[in-house]
Amino acid sequence: MSPASPASTEFWSVADTARRIAAGEITATQIIEAMLARIQKIDGELGAFLAVDGDGARAVAAELDSQRAANVPQGPLAGVPIALKDVLVTRGLATTAASKILRGWIPPYDAHVVEKLRAAGAIVIGKVNCDEFAMGSSTENSAYQPTRNPWDPSRVPGGSSGGSSAAVAAGLCAASLGTDTGGSIRQPAAFCGVVGMKPTYGRVSRWGVVAFASSLDQVGPLTRSVADAALVLETIAGFDPRDSTSLDAPVPRFTGALTGDVRGLRIGLPQEYFEAMDDEIRAALVRTASALVERGAELVDLSMPHTKLALPAYYLVAPAEASSNLARFDGVRYGQRVEAPDLLDMYGKTRDAGFGPEVKRRIMLGTYALRSGYYDAYYKKAQQVRTLIKRDFDRAFQYCDVLLTPTTPTPAFPFGAKANPVDMYLADVFTLSCNLAGLPGISVPCGLTAGGLPIGAQLLGRPLDEVTLLRAGAVIEAAVGLGDRRPAGIGGIT
Amino acid sequence: MTEGKRPSAGEGPRDSLARGNPSGVSVSREIAAMLEVWEPVIGLEVHVQLATRSKIFSPSAIEFGAPPNSLTDPLVLGLPGTLPVFNQAALALALKLGIATSSQIRAKSRFARKHYFYPDLPKGYQISQFDEPLCENGHLDVIIGGGLKRVKLQRIHLEEDAGKTTHVGVSSHVDLNRAGVPLVEVVTAPEIGSVEEAGEFLRSLHRLVRWLEISEGDMEKGQLRCDANVSVRLRGEDRLGTRTELKNINSFRFVENAIASEIARQIRILEAGGRITRETRLWDAERGQSQSMRSKEEANDYRYFPDPDLPPLVVDGAIMGSILQSLPELPSVRFDRYQRAFGISPTEARTLVSERALADFFDAAVAAHPNETGGKMIANWVLSELLGALRASGTPIARSPMQPAMLSELVKLIESGTISGKLGKEIFEESFRTGEAPAAILERSGRSQISDTATLWEIINRIVAANPKQAEAYTVGGKDGLFGFFVGQVMKETQGRANPVITSDLLHKRLGR
Repeated sequence: MSPASPASTEFWSVADTARRIAAGEITATQIIEAMLARIQKIDGELGAFLAVDGDGARAVAAELDSQRAANVPQGPLAGVPIALKDVLVTRGLATTAASKILRGWIPPYDAHVVEKLRAAGAIVIGKVNCDEFAMGSSTENSAYQPTRNPWDPSRVPGGSSGGSSAAVAAGLCAASLGTDTGGSIRQPAAFCGVVGMKPTYGRVSRWGVVAFASSLDQVGPLTRSVADAALVLETIAGFDPRDSTSLDAPVPRFTGALTGDVRGLRIGLPQEYFEAMDDEIRAALVRTASALVERGAELVDLSMPHTKLALPAYYLVAPAEASSNLARFDGVRYGQRVEAPDLLDMYGKTRDAGFGPEVKRRIMLGTYALRSGYYDAYYKKAQQVRTLIKRDFDRAFQYCDVLLTPTTPTPAFPFGAKANPVDMYLADVFTLSCNLAGLPGISVPCGLTAGGLPIGAQLLGRPLDEVTLLRAGAVIEAAVGLGDRRPAGIGGIT
Repeated sequence: MTEGKRPSAGEGPRDSLARGNPSGVSVSREIAAMLEVWEPVIGLEVHVQLATRSKIFSPSAIEFGAPPNSLTDPLVLGLPGTLPVFNQAALALALKLGIATSSQIRAKSRFARKHYFYPDLPKGYQISQFDEPLCENGHLDVIIGGGLKRVKLQRIHLEEDAGKTTHVGVSSHVDLNRAGVPLVEVVTAPEIGSVEEAGEFLRSLHRLVRWLEISEGDMEKGQLRCDANVSVRLRGEDRLGTRTELKNINSFRFVENAIASEIARQIRILEAGGRITRETRLWDAERGQSQSMRSKEEANDYRYFPDPDLPPLVVDGAIMGSILQSLPELPSVRFDRYQRAFGISPTEARTLVSERALADFFDAAVAAHPNETGGKMIANWVLSELLGALRASGTPIARSPMQPAMLSELVKLIESGTISGKLGKEIFEESFRTGEAPAAILERSGRSQISDTATLWEIINRIVAANPKQAEAYTVGGKDGLFGFFVGQVMKETQGRANPVITSDLLHKRLGR
């Protein structure tokens, strides 16, 4: 690993890119051309992008440049290239959810978050890979291609937002949006050494997010810095009347939260999150906690007794909702259809050919859990467990302001290492509770293993208290973050 | 599943309310004999389309007969990423029905997803309500025979409609205009004991939803649809028999027939020593019989669970208050009141409450009358003259040129003896045609009745004085027939305007017998 040259535009921060364009140091077109060239050069090997919208991005850049030349006021992200996880619906740009069943679908509308980004002047440069329908923790479940970890191409980038984390880490976009249902933003962020934030459930509209598990899904940013995460979140957050679960709460200026001051902040260390993990990760978390204490924070030892129930509860709730949400993929109105002599046959063949094995597994699990007569024993019971987990958090937040945990028990693992689905599910063991409780969470890089793989520290906060997570996250970033260290695993990234 | 035949054009809701069906006579006779031994048990599930302007979970408009798939949006099409947002207008309408049926209203009810695969169900699930419905344990007072019969309602819940599939040869066509239209499903307890009661329940519900202005309830347009759960058991038996579900009863004409034919079918099977299969049967109105659609073994497991995209549906005191305030007096209540207050017959009362506008007309006319006793006569005029004139001219009551106060005025003129009943009818016709007030018409024509005793006495004196022979022949000679001669003379003198009762009375006095 060699320190990257700060001169390369691709690694500029979101704020820097926007500022330099606004100041006339560089045009949006130049930014986009450099980015497209870099994608062209690197992504063949990286495999982050499912679709690069070169024409669309160039057209928007040209428009922005001519607006700027005419002194038309521009949004805070004017000219910033953004890559979107392919579960976010984009008008006129193919959206597949990394599934064959949606191959060829061109949506007629934009997701709420895409509208917000476009309104702020951001440029959608393409759609990035993920596990099919966001189900997975390695992006190996994509129906189209594997995505490699920029730090070590023999390893996965995490998932399900693995295309997002890889593209951000490799400098193929300024920022990316992912979705997080059980850790799908934070876990790949940890694996790829970037910042990933899952906002409070309801903070960001789900309108236009291809649903996996409706009561858990949330959109959030993957960025190379906490400041960028704050800026992107500020852009996409806010009440949306088209999403009945959207919260009608004021959106704070997240960018103003990064005071660098954690004095008096009470940081909870839940013992259940420190039981089983790699030694190097434990050591990194200890360094992180110490760094926070050195800057005036206090540590609080806690117990959250229902933590071990999060995984089984999650694997009832999420598949149950998924089995329902994915019922609409029937080959009747959009996507791929396998013709058959009668209707039932057409449904069966279309869904058999269109869904991959993990998606089918979860549809089966969910269908089973929702069967008449089993609802009380499974889905309802799991919802009751959610209440217990929420109470654990409520109680914990009486004693502390944020919780600090590892994001993952291990660093990025090699392709094929988790062939057993349950082993794969365990990769999310630290991130699931946050979704079940609807809380905000962030993963911030907190060092590298001896083998050069990134480690993520996770902060979990009170509902709607993203501000505290960003403030503490920025302190971790400054103290034990990766600094200028860039992944060197692919394409000789410098 | 082929969509039932389209109804012929021009059949309005009024026509579809017509009862009886010539082809049902023989079935009824057969059943009548069977029913001495067997008891039918019927439960109805009625879907009523709520008259909102847009769909229950998205902004698409609702309109009957629009070009196929013109009333859609990303949500109606079930596109990935779309989310439902509940249309509060549907809540107000459903609550009206819930309150009007004295249902318990849940302060927090829930939407649930009901899953099945069909091309006209774009999401692969229907958003409905399951174990936490909006309304429970209500009742509807059904006008039947000369009185009211209370039918218990298990629940009333909100849900979205599916689209419509039609099969043409080997291809199928899906129209999603109807997908997402708000419905309430009204479920009765399985306690309806006769075909007649089932039919009257449906008519009473139809009248009520129109009365409350929550639905046009037009069955021909699918705005009111009925499924029936039917079973039979030996009279005196406590246990319920195996039931079948009868679907597609899509016209008032067929309600009785469809259920009666199913009852007869079940009894015939049982009397032949057979067993009833638990199944869903589709009513074919054209052929007048039902056929099996699917058995219980093939039944769907709908995998209900609370819709995670929708928060609980909250009913607060404010909305309850505003609905309670705006709720009109119900037809069953007026049916009772009219009989008690005005001494009219159940049949007459039933006709008066057949339509809210008619009952409102009647009430307004009564209100314009100085005393309650006018009610009986006003009812007579409404039921005979007004309904006749409306029917003959094809005018709906709401657009009657004659206003309630005018009818009241006409009745007052007759009661006071100012005009005769015969003249009243003439004035009614003119008033109905022109919208002119009866008193004004009378004034213009100068044809008011002479009831003033002094005036008539003076006329009678003159006539008797001018005809001494006839007077003597009547009074002394006992020639009774001459009384008519004198009446005729008075009428001639007054051009028919003399009050006949007073005239007769005064003549008797003047002639001495």
